[in-house]
Amino acid sequence: MAAVVRQLGVRWSGLWNSRVSRAQIALSASRRALSTGVSNSQTLTKGGLLPLFLHLFYSSLPLCFLQLPKDMVLKFYQKMTLLNTMDRILYESQRQGRITFYMTNYGEEGTHIGSAAALESNDMVFGQYREAGVLMYRGFPLELFMAQCYASARDVGKGRQMPVHYGSKDLHFVTISSPLATQIPQAVGAAYAYKVSQEDRAVICYFGEGAASEGDAHAGFNFSATLECPIIFFCRNNGYAISTPTHEQYRGDGIAARGPGYGIISIRVDGNDVFAVYNATKEARRRAVAENQPFLIEAMTYRIGHHSTSDDSSAYRSVDEVNYWDKQDHPISRLRHYMVNKGWWDEEQEKAWRKQSRKQVMEAFEEAERAMKPKLDHMFTDVYEETPVSLQKQQEALQRHLKMYGEHYPIDHYEK
Amino acid sequence: MAAVAVLGLARTALHRNGARLVQAAVMTTAQRSVAHFTFVPEPEPAQYGPTQKMNLFQSITSALDNVLAKDPTAVIFGEDVAFGGVFRCTVGLRDKYGKERVFNTPLCEQGIVGFGIGVAVTGATAIAEIQFADYIFPAFDQIVNEAAKYRYRSGNLFACGSLTIRAPWGCVGHGSLYHSQSPEAFFSHIPGVKVVIPRSPIQAKGLLISCIEDKNPCIFFEPKILYRAAVEQVPVEAYQVPLSQAEVLEEGNDVTLVAWGTQVHVMREVASMAQEKLGVSCEVIDLRTILPWDVETICKSVAKTGRLLISHEAPITGGFAAEISSTVQEECFLNLEAPISRVCGYDTPFPHIFEPFYIPDKWKCFDAVRKMINY
Repeated sequence: MAAVVRQLGVRWSGLWNSRVSRAQIALSASRRALSTGVSNSQTLTKGGLLPLFLHLFYSSLPLCFLQLPKDMVLKFYQKMTLLNTMDRILYESQRQGRITFYMTNYGEEGTHIGSAAALESNDMVFGQYREAGVLMYRGFPLELFMAQCYASARDVGKGRQMPVHYGSKDLHFVTISSPLATQIPQAVGAAYAYKVSQEDRAVICYFGEGAASEGDAHAGFNFSATLECPIIFFCRNNGYAISTPTHEQYRGDGIAARGPGYGIISIRVDGNDVFAVYNATKEARRRAVAENQPFLIEAMTYRIGHHSTSDDSSAYRSVDEVNYWDKQDHPISRLRHYMVNKGWWDEEQEKAWRKQSRKQVMEAFEEAERAMKPKLDHMFTDVYEETPVSLQKQQEALQRHLKMYGEHYPIDHYEK
Repeated sequence: MAAVAVLGLARTALHRNGARLVQAAVMTTAQRSVAHFTFVPEPEPAQYGPTQKMNLFQSITSALDNVLAKDPTAVIFGEDVAFGGVFRCTVGLRDKYGKERVFNTPLCEQGIVGFGIGVAVTGATAIAEIQFADYIFPAFDQIVNEAAKYRYRSGNLFACGSLTIRAPWGCVGHGSLYHSQSPEAFFSHIPGVKVVIPRSPIQAKGLLISCIEDKNPCIFFEPKILYRAAVEQVPVEAYQVPLSQAEVLEEGNDVTLVAWGTQVHVMREVASMAQEKLGVSCEVIDLRTILPWDVETICKSVAKTGRLLISHEAPITGGFAAEISSTVQEECFLNLEAPISRVCGYDTPFPHIFEPFYIPDKWKCFDAVRKMINY
């Protein structure tokens, strides 16, 4: 095992070094993002901070480098690229005013797919909002992604939330909400319930490095440790919370270094390496369930896209910095190189898959755009399990109102 | 957000001072701890089997015991609940049901509610305790943005309906700013939660079991001044008192008096005073559920009496009486013979030494009835 770990360490150190020498452009900014707020890379590797890409000094989590079979790797690649294709189309559709809002996953596809693949299919997922790849991996249909973004009648959420707030009961993906970090202590509660009912299920909880500054993150970490819950905290450290770089977010050694303070075994992985993410998650999942204890994985990555469609990230970071991560060190291109080297993928397959995935996305897109909006009654249901009398009266008042003033409302777009 | 355990200590300290300084000018323990209400036990309920004499904290324990026995998924957690709780509400439950089902959490209210939501999302029954209602505010985000909206925002894919949050509530004689609050109005503005407040041990047990079994997240406020003071015969087995139903405790013809929690007992006294001193017949109603509240029972009563007085301990501005008053005014405009009167706490923080002057006691309420009759 030690040898494997050492070998991995060499490999990852090599990646780190070659990356630094390659990336002369916008180097300090890149380093800032990568080094979790520490601006001197020497300090990062030699000053006693947590080594990047390696499992931690504090960690007793062994990393087994598994050679994954071809079909699994192909699935990783196809899910990552399909997500990327969907992102491009929905991002554009927001730019054209066809949906109201969107958040892309550019650069973080590897964290989603690698971790999702390492879980059991009924492990409960609590997310933040930039984890659509997890749903993609679990087989959430493109039609339902689109239905949610368009708030069409097919949306399982009944058109009530903003775009990208996905949820799926069948796929054990708890519906996303906007308030940051609120899901963290909730995920811990769910994990506790699984422990008590002895279901052999784990919970994974995703959040960004910005959300980790919320009080609820502290609550969740601490509860998970004292109450011994089978949970994996998965932090996507992409360098920015909207415009705020990590050196304005924290001054410690990233998020992973906080874990041991709570008694949580922690590890930092290269988030652009889908295999590193897979391995860390796989082992954390195994031990979390076997030992009823929490694990913290910090995946270092870079937010290539804007924070959202309401944000222009060039206002606070350089295009060069973004380009470096997009062109030189992207989870998708890294996986493609691996597959090409293995002889599992070539230019022709790439072309065919691009065409096919684009077609799939466009078909779902057009269907969602044509669809009616949900029934107006859905505005009033599900507030409570039953509809209280007072709410029934409000519903009837709206119906009466629309009888008289219906022409002033977009009533024809909604199902009757 | 530590809950300072002042309640017992303060009493001892006062007692010591009182003994040393026997002077006319010094308030004695007796003077200071005169209750502002009189609890009158209700008749023993006959329909739910054998009963036992219980005070309010014991009836809470009894409800929790019934639930844990019947529902294997139910768990109870919060600060210091394992040894029995700072108000003794969970005594014996850990021994009886195990440490996985009755356990202490770290001292963090937002964590407690977030954790409880998570337990409930899996379908298990989560009974969370916030040590004092005054310390529920760190969990406000989890309650308002999360618990209340879970079912709605997910299109009913996910819900946390099996979550109940219990918290000691209301004034206690010397609780000052942070052991006296009545925060129900903050929660009345949150579609998706239920807010329930009992007036007695029988009511507490039945309403708490209803909250726990209800398919919506509930906040259950326990009037802490009644924990030991209120004693009556309470059924040993589980029973329910329905939510969103007010109860007419005394029928009357001239004025409707509405209150909840301890204040119901103040209202009952006011009704006797009004009868005795003014010959006025009051209808006394315990609202019981703040949200969603029983508009029909209140409006029906006001349509009969033509006058309404609402009283609560919480500050008047933005208090729940405002909601009741405004709704009744809309529904019963033609029946009202006087302006609706609100007798509430003042718009100040809840004070320590000034408590007797702060609370909407029977004299303040009585005076409001007198003025209303003379209007």
